[in-house]
Amino acid sequence: MEQIATVPELTISDHIVNDFSLTVATANGTGSQTSNLVLMHALFNMGIPVTGKNIFPSNIQGLPTWYSIRVSSEGFLARRELNEITVCMNPATAVEDMAIMQPDGYILHDSAIPVAVRRDDVTYIELPVKSLVAPFKVPTALRAYVSNQIYVGALAWLLELPMEEIHRALQQQLKGKDSAIQLNLEVAQAGFDHCSETYENLAPWRVEPMAGFNENRILIQGNTAAALGAVFGGVSLVSWYPITPSSSLAEAAADALPRYRLDPDTDKPTFAVIQAEDELAAIGMAIGAGWAGARGMTTTSGPGISLMAEFIGLAYFAEIPVVVWDVQRMGPSTGLPTRTSQGDILSAYTLSHGDTRHVVLFPSSPKECFEFGWRAHDLADQLQTPVLVLTDLDLGMNLWISEPLEYPDEPINRGKVLDAEQLDELAAEWGRYRDVDGDGIAYRTLPGTPSNWAAYFTRGTGHDEMSHYSEKPEVWEHNLQRVQRKLETARGLVPQPDIVRDSGERIGLISLGSNHPAVQEARVRLAETGIPTDYLRVRALPVNQTIRDFINDHEVTVVIENNADGQLHGILKLETDVPDHQLVSSRRCNGLALSARWITEQITTITQR
Amino acid sequence: MARKPTRPARGSGKPRRSALNGLGLPKTEYRGRPSTLCKGCGHDSISQRIINVAWEHNLEQHNVVKMSGIGCSSKTPAYFLQGSHGFNSLHGRMPSVSTGAIVANRQLEIIGISGDGDTASIGIGQFKHAVRRNVPMIYIVENNGVYGLTKGQFSATADAGQSMKYHGVNELPPLDICIESLAANATLVARSFAGDPKQIESLLSIAFKHRGISVLDIISPCVTFNNHDQSTKSYAWGRENDLVLNIVDLVPPAEEIQIEDYESEIGIEMHDGSYIVLKKVGENHDPTDKRAAEDLLESAREEQKFITGLIYVNEDQEDLIEMLDLTETPLSHLPDRKLRPPEAVLDAINGRYAPLGTA
Repeated sequence: MEQIATVPELTISDHIVNDFSLTVATANGTGSQTSNLVLMHALFNMGIPVTGKNIFPSNIQGLPTWYSIRVSSEGFLARRELNEITVCMNPATAVEDMAIMQPDGYILHDSAIPVAVRRDDVTYIELPVKSLVAPFKVPTALRAYVSNQIYVGALAWLLELPMEEIHRALQQQLKGKDSAIQLNLEVAQAGFDHCSETYENLAPWRVEPMAGFNENRILIQGNTAAALGAVFGGVSLVSWYPITPSSSLAEAAADALPRYRLDPDTDKPTFAVIQAEDELAAIGMAIGAGWAGARGMTTTSGPGISLMAEFIGLAYFAEIPVVVWDVQRMGPSTGLPTRTSQGDILSAYTLSHGDTRHVVLFPSSPKECFEFGWRAHDLADQLQTPVLVLTDLDLGMNLWISEPLEYPDEPINRGKVLDAEQLDELAAEWGRYRDVDGDGIAYRTLPGTPSNWAAYFTRGTGHDEMSHYSEKPEVWEHNLQRVQRKLETARGLVPQPDIVRDSGERIGLISLGSNHPAVQEARVRLAETGIPTDYLRVRALPVNQTIRDFINDHEVTVVIENNADGQLHGILKLETDVPDHQLVSSRRCNGLALSARWITEQITTITQR
Repeated sequence: MARKPTRPARGSGKPRRSALNGLGLPKTEYRGRPSTLCKGCGHDSISQRIINVAWEHNLEQHNVVKMSGIGCSSKTPAYFLQGSHGFNSLHGRMPSVSTGAIVANRQLEIIGISGDGDTASIGIGQFKHAVRRNVPMIYIVENNGVYGLTKGQFSATADAGQSMKYHGVNELPPLDICIESLAANATLVARSFAGDPKQIESLLSIAFKHRGISVLDIISPCVTFNNHDQSTKSYAWGRENDLVLNIVDLVPPAEEIQIEDYESEIGIEMHDGSYIVLKKVGENHDPTDKRAAEDLLESAREEQKFITGLIYVNEDQEDLIEMLDLTETPLSHLPDRKLRPPEAVLDAINGRYAPLGTA
């Protein structure tokens, strides 16, 4: 790409390279997704650490959408609260979008959108979108879609992002559709040329190719990685009901399974994907499959979790493996379907009536979504119990730079299942709910096993070791104590927490899931101001001694989470006996991912107490 | 599907009942644990019919699973086929659990037992969707118009105008299980009466061979709460009003069938090559004619006629497992190498999401 003549030659030190945030404001349904993804991939391909967050409405067409892109030469991937560049393509939000622009920021706006209050402290770049697109022969229906490429070109000019990178990213996004690639590129070029002919580029931000970060990394959504994990985990039935923000997980599974899981001998599916009539049926099918010896899984979000509660209790008490992915969104109730939260931790942990506690996993990156995608099935089979994997909209539906997906380092583990030969040998010795090994996990049999000893009657009612109905108090106690013993076994089997120690036992941070990048960044900022911290990332419930020790080891431990009640904090309080001042809650719940700035402020305040 | 009149070969065919079946097993092997239902309950009679048919058809019990929801009827799988796995699941949710089980292992024979509360009230949604998916299973509704375990509340099949000691008068019209099934595109619909053991057994024989879901709506009187003479779900009412539509007989593929002209008989070929030989008794009804089945059921509802027999059968519709095109080997039996793609596949996937590098 040749240099544009009007752009003055500047030395690198004059510019802020690869460090800024930009937000594109559009109306949803106008096809801005392609434009935003082109920008994301162009930056990613250049080796620049980049994060994209789609703030979208629960709607099909016409409501405001924002797409925020952050580039960070230091490799910080969390949401940033500051925003240096705003692209205003949506008249409905333009007044506010322009008003909240920080001083010295740049506003690129469609010239059809008037500037209501012109500020001296921001720079305005006008984009005559309509007239720039007019010369192109674009069908009316596609005009809005293609028009978005104007801002792509304008941003390429502003940031000195080579148009060749835009071209390659377009080829990636619109694979094989040559005429569409050409048209989009030409429109983007028109945006670029308009700017370079009209304005002198005095903006301080530039992007430049970078080495050392994106190599050996991938750009992927958490939901896609989770689905692939299940595919490599031998999932046999995905039964699901559409609900934002989990649908793309099931859809990714439905896309990947036929590619990677046809029987190599017969070319037939080794899997089924069933869109159920509701969440009750979705979990019921997955449990039926698990009971009969195939790996079942369902994907949902908060409202679905509520509906699945009764079935989860059945699987817990009848001891049937099943995996549930909860891609969390804002609750209570229907809440905000397209906003992120970690509000289901407590309800997932104790889901269903009676005394229940479940294995819950918290992935924090696409790589970990993949790992828990297969590992959840191993754990469910080993423990013969539901395993809930809690991710959230931010991790699930946004693009993340991640370490590559790692092939499972252990073979598929089907847990304690007896075959006909073993059963014939054991004969009357075998009882479905008899704890032979002392770990609370009994041996199960599958229907279809050709032995006279295989059959048992599965029930959610009170049962003895032979699975016969019983109302005897001592039988009930004996059985439930064994199930609780199983939970003790689970503490050692679930993924252990990730721990980084830097603070010398003063301040500990505990967090989980998609908060990870914000916590990492906040720790760097805190250390720079003389507040070193230790960090424990909870990867699973139930908690174990490692977590208790970490809390005990620190003068104060702050539990950082994205919900209103401090739910993880509450669970940790229940499971440890430290005094209140030693285990503090920092929580926020406004529909957005946590930012490093907020965490830094929180911890600074706490340390000043 | 209806074809020329046929009749089964006689004489050489059926083995006489003897102490041992073809697998060398006595009928007692097909029993379950002692029933805890009320003495005289229609459900116990249906359990006995299942035992008889399973024994007669040399069913391998380990390949059978007994599924149920919650309620009196749903307890009964404990009382038959002790050699089969059973699953007493959740109220109204047996269809989804059964769907998952058959997807996991397509070789299983599923006998689902439900009641009118479990199916027509809390479970109507899952029921109709299992029917719509043509899940290969026998779905028996032990229909007595009343909640037994919770002590005598009306169910959704209770008669309009019926009164109960503690619950007043039922003002609502009943749902008709057979009509609901047909509306959901059921592929086999039959109605029977717990007081007609022979008919239940012959319908069960056909149901075991049917391609897809077989809905058997069996009026099964509740001797404790709903057996008074005015109840359409009572023994007395059933005996007096049972209008037998047809008598069906299953002729397995191996047996020869003599085809003769015989006015009141039709033969219906089943998917596995068996034949249903159907003798018309009551109204002139062709059970392969869906519109006729709908009309028959609607007029029976209007005229409060208790028609029993095979109402509708369609062997042409793929079942769920065929639609999913699953491997012949049950998914539950697949070896690990077929459940986890090789590492090279994941390497290629990672490649697809990797950066292109600077141009």
